[in-house]
Amino acid sequence: MSEPVVRLEGVAAGYRSGGGERRVLERVDLELGRGEMVALLGANGSGKTTLLGIMAGTIRPTAGTVDLFGRPIGTWSRAEIARSVAVSPQSLELPAGFRVSEIVAMGRTPHRGRWFGWQADDQRAVADALRDADAESLADRPVTELSGGERQRVLVALALAQEPQLLLMDEPTTHLDVAHAAALLASVSRLQHVRGVTVVVVVHDLVLAGTWAPRVVVLDAGRVAADGPPDTALRPDVVYRAYGVAVESVVTGAGRRILVPRIPAAAAPGPAPRSPD
Amino acid sequence: MSATTAVRPIAFGPSLGRSALVLGAGVAFVAVAAAAAVLSGTSDIGIGDAVAIVLHRLTGIGPVTWPASAETIVWELRLPRVAAGMAVGAGLACAGTVFQALLRNPMADPYIIGPAAGASLGAVTALLLPVATVGWLGLGLVQLFAFAGGLLTVLVVFSIARGQAGTPVVTLLLSGYAVSSLLSAGVALLIFNSGERLAAVIGWLLGSLGGASWPRIGFAVPLIVISFSLLLVRWRGLNALLLGESQAAHLGVDVEREKRILTGLAALATSAGVAISGTIGFVGLVVPHLVRLAVGPDHRLLLPASLLYGAGLLVLADLGARLAGGIPVGIVTALIGAPFLLWLLRRSVRAGR
Repeated sequence: MSEPVVRLEGVAAGYRSGGGERRVLERVDLELGRGEMVALLGANGSGKTTLLGIMAGTIRPTAGTVDLFGRPIGTWSRAEIARSVAVSPQSLELPAGFRVSEIVAMGRTPHRGRWFGWQADDQRAVADALRDADAESLADRPVTELSGGERQRVLVALALAQEPQLLLMDEPTTHLDVAHAAALLASVSRLQHVRGVTVVVVVHDLVLAGTWAPRVVVLDAGRVAADGPPDTALRPDVVYRAYGVAVESVVTGAGRRILVPRIPAAAAPGPAPRSPD
Repeated sequence: MSATTAVRPIAFGPSLGRSALVLGAGVAFVAVAAAAAVLSGTSDIGIGDAVAIVLHRLTGIGPVTWPASAETIVWELRLPRVAAGMAVGAGLACAGTVFQALLRNPMADPYIIGPAAGASLGAVTALLLPVATVGWLGLGLVQLFAFAGGLLTVLVVFSIARGQAGTPVVTLLLSGYAVSSLLSAGVALLIFNSGERLAAVIGWLLGSLGGASWPRIGFAVPLIVISFSLLLVRWRGLNALLLGESQAAHLGVDVEREKRILTGLAALATSAGVAISGTIGFVGLVVPHLVRLAVGPDHRLLLPASLLYGAGLLVLADLGARLAGGIPVGIVTALIGAPFLLWLLRRSVRAGR
């Protein structure tokens, strides 16, 4: 196998609060190859967003090593990272007064020095990004007039304009209805196919994760609880440990195995859900 | 690129034509304001004489056909005042634009993190010192103290707000507010004890371009021009910061470094301006808002346009102050600026934003 896009070894991270330190990631080992598509799952507070921040170089680990394309991430400048790694955030307040194309053009920021204007390849990169994120028709729209689904596509286009080799998406489907969520994940698959980018997508929906991603990583309390194809990584016992919720495995008519949560009946309460901490 | 692959160009910002129009009109506005300010006043000086005087002074050509008093009025009194007004207005508008983006706060102005309070304490202290005239590079003690006080305050505020995880904007605002309050208490104490120098102190605090002379502005104007020139080329980072600090970082901006540089340059322009004009309010708050409404939030156009309209506006306001019998220009900018700000607020409330 060629050199991994990103390799994490024994990574720990946390925040200093008061006198002590609150650990968010305990000991994470993870390796992503070129062109991989990974769904990242875990309960709220399990460290998913922190893990994305570590891979994007905006959060420094307190222990362990992070290599991007075989080079320690600490030796990369911010602009260098931004030319290879893009993050589409969970949500982003888009500043009023801009059109969609102008926001997407900001994705070209790391590629241009301050002394120069935009160039021909910026035009091409933005056009490709709008096309691949299925946002071409939005280009001239003011950002304040976008629906939730359209905003999400614009955020993806912004990230794509950076022409990254590693794309980190934090809950891109959370605010989308089922049709838009499916369409977005389909376009991410197409992207991976067309551009060969490595994609990590944080998702909460077990069904979406299980049916879409070739590889699933489950975080539990700052550790990797499972890592592999959905059939092995998304087992009821893993989900129960990670989320504290009982699920049953169901095989669909199409032969797909999916996980369905068992919602306890009101009359006979089941075990109380585990607290996120 | 061949014609077959050519695609409809995507708008990356205001079009070239629109930018040229906005900036061209800005240049014309500054020129008209400057001409009006040079020609207007208690002594009538014709436009022909004024042009001839300036040409003669700059190049040494042409016979002298005007009274010596006219030359003094145009070259020694009105022109330095116009130049100071342009530089201070440009610097304040530019710094205000930068702070509004950096602090993501529409109420931000160039004085928000303390340079005005620091400069005031410096200037008032100098005004009350029992020393006659100590100077350096044509600058009086008042100007030097004001400049140093402004810069020093921003430095202190910034280092207070700076923590291990960076410099949070909210902390910067609050520490700026606290330090300003402390320094203002000092200024108030000095005003209370200023005795017969009260008028001079109040006059300085209200802001005036009356003291402008070539030697005096020869120090501050280049500083202002250097700082706003260096700010103009940082438009890409400022635009990225509009998306929030974490997204700006994802787009390759070293946010902490950018914050230090932007704050430093804006504080330099502001302190140099305050040193020669006192604390002139509202220009740095209202001009960026007005220009943003007209040309949009893209700093590539917003910064140079704010700079030009700020320059022209302050020259006009100073002309108004002069024609109104020499009242401090700070009163005029507040008289124009405050109602305008109220109008903007009503408008945004009505629009539901």
